Amino acid sequence: MSMQEKFYWLFGGILALLSVASSIGFILHRRAQRAGGSATIDNLNARVRAWWVMVAIIAVNFFLGKNATVVLFAVASAFALREFVTLTPTRRGDYLPLVVSFYVLLPVQYWLIADGWYNLFAIFLPVYGFLALPVLAATGGDTEDFLARVTKLQWGLMITVYCISYAPALLLVEVPGYSAQHQNLLLMIYLLTVVQLSDVLQYVFGKLFGKHKIAPNVSPSKTVEGFVGGGLSAVGIGAALWWITPFAPLQAAGMAAVIVLAGFLGGLALSAVKRSLGAKDWGSMIEGHGGMLDRLDSVSFAAPVFFHLTRYFFEP
Amino acid sequence: MWLSLLLTGLVRGLVGAQPRWIGCRPAPTLRVYFANHTSHMDTLALWCALPVELRATTRPVAARDYWSGGGLKSYIATRGFNALFIERAPENREQDPLAPLDEALARGESLIIFPEGTRRAQALPSAFKSGIFHLATRHPEAEFVPVYLDNLYRSMPKGTLLPVPLTCSVRFGTPLALQAGEEKTHFLERARQAVVDLV
Repeated sequence: MSMQEKFYWLFGGILALLSVASSIGFILHRRAQRAGGSATIDNLNARVRAWWVMVAIIAVNFFLGKNATVVLFAVASAFALREFVTLTPTRRGDYLPLVVSFYVLLPVQYWLIADGWYNLFAIFLPVYGFLALPVLAATGGDTEDFLARVTKLQWGLMITVYCISYAPALLLVEVPGYSAQHQNLLLMIYLLTVVQLSDVLQYVFGKLFGKHKIAPNVSPSKTVEGFVGGGLSAVGIGAALWWITPFAPLQAAGMAAVIVLAGFLGGLALSAVKRSLGAKDWGSMIEGHGGMLDRLDSVSFAAPVFFHLTRYFFEP
Repeated sequence: MWLSLLLTGLVRGLVGAQPRWIGCRPAPTLRVYFANHTSHMDTLALWCALPVELRATTRPVAARDYWSGGGLKSYIATRGFNALFIERAPENREQDPLAPLDEALARGESLIIFPEGTRRAQALPSAFKSGIFHLATRHPEAEFVPVYLDNLYRSMPKGTLLPVPLTCSVRFGTPLALQAGEEKTHFLERARQAVVDLV
């Protein structure tokens, strides 16, 4: 099967799934209306509608190719960083490091992917961004809460730019017999599909069967039943999608398990960060879901792990 | 027109400028929107938060000495958001500084004003200047709508040119009217408080 054909099969499946979700949402909505409406059902339908848009964006992007993918993730990172900075208290002295983060560090990080300069991509923000930010902040001359302010910006940059940039960085991995046919875009879509389906299925299983909360203070919607049911289903789907990856079915199951676990832990950790900043959602730009970072929190943890495992085990 | 679209696109992409109609609905009635003033983005953010059909008849009031010096700034102010200029410096005034505002309101155009007179790098507005009181006295037919712009003082503080992307909301409060026999200081403080209440 050519890459194009694989793509059509995969997206055919996703569109079928979304159609089913929309139909169920419509029936639930009709039923809830007779009972006076339900906020949960309205939110469910808003989420499904937003999924149609997000899937459409990824599909269009697939045909536009590598550079468009890099730009798409750069924009997503910028929105995520914007949400992070909005919730983080900043002072006048943080202006310069903020401007440099948005207009220099973020574009350079993504340019390094487009350029294929892996060695610098891997250390640019953790080393040079890390060192530059406190210097830039010091020029502001304000020492009040200095360490806390710089640390928060470094943290936000690492999560929203560095970690998320590992998703398009999958285009740089060279897997023999796979990458030569430019199939890496499919590998990235595989990551996104497994991460997001895992989130969705954990939400569905949690709503239907959820009883035992995993971390009631940090993320009240996460339940044992949701995690086990949704996680195992996502691993099953990840294994069944082995044909769009360079992995054998069992390897795909293992990779999917790692993606699901990392995504879950990312959602948990970022939920704690979000709550320590006094918010329930990162933003409101994606209807029903909250902000960009509410959708990408699991990706930011799963992408680097998936990237490194693929690179370590499948690149000669 | 293309410039307006470009400006609104930029503002939306950089600072969001999401409207929150808390105390009133968007309506084509004669209005004076008054807001706290912390950055160059304020005028644009408030203007972008209005529905597009209201933008055509809503004029942001801008200081002539700052915005109409020629070049890019005045091009943006006149062509981009249809600014109405007023004279800030008393020595340059040949007529009542509020006269252009009176004329605009008489034509049925709504206004956007910043009663603090200048930008302040703080979350809460400082004391209002008396212009808004005189407008309210002369134009009882207009609704005075308090507006609070959050976060913009962090995005583009005074003295900077490049806005940091931050999500900003534009909150519209309940319209205010001058009460019969209300003192100037009382009205100014009440108007300021109406903006503070939206924080």
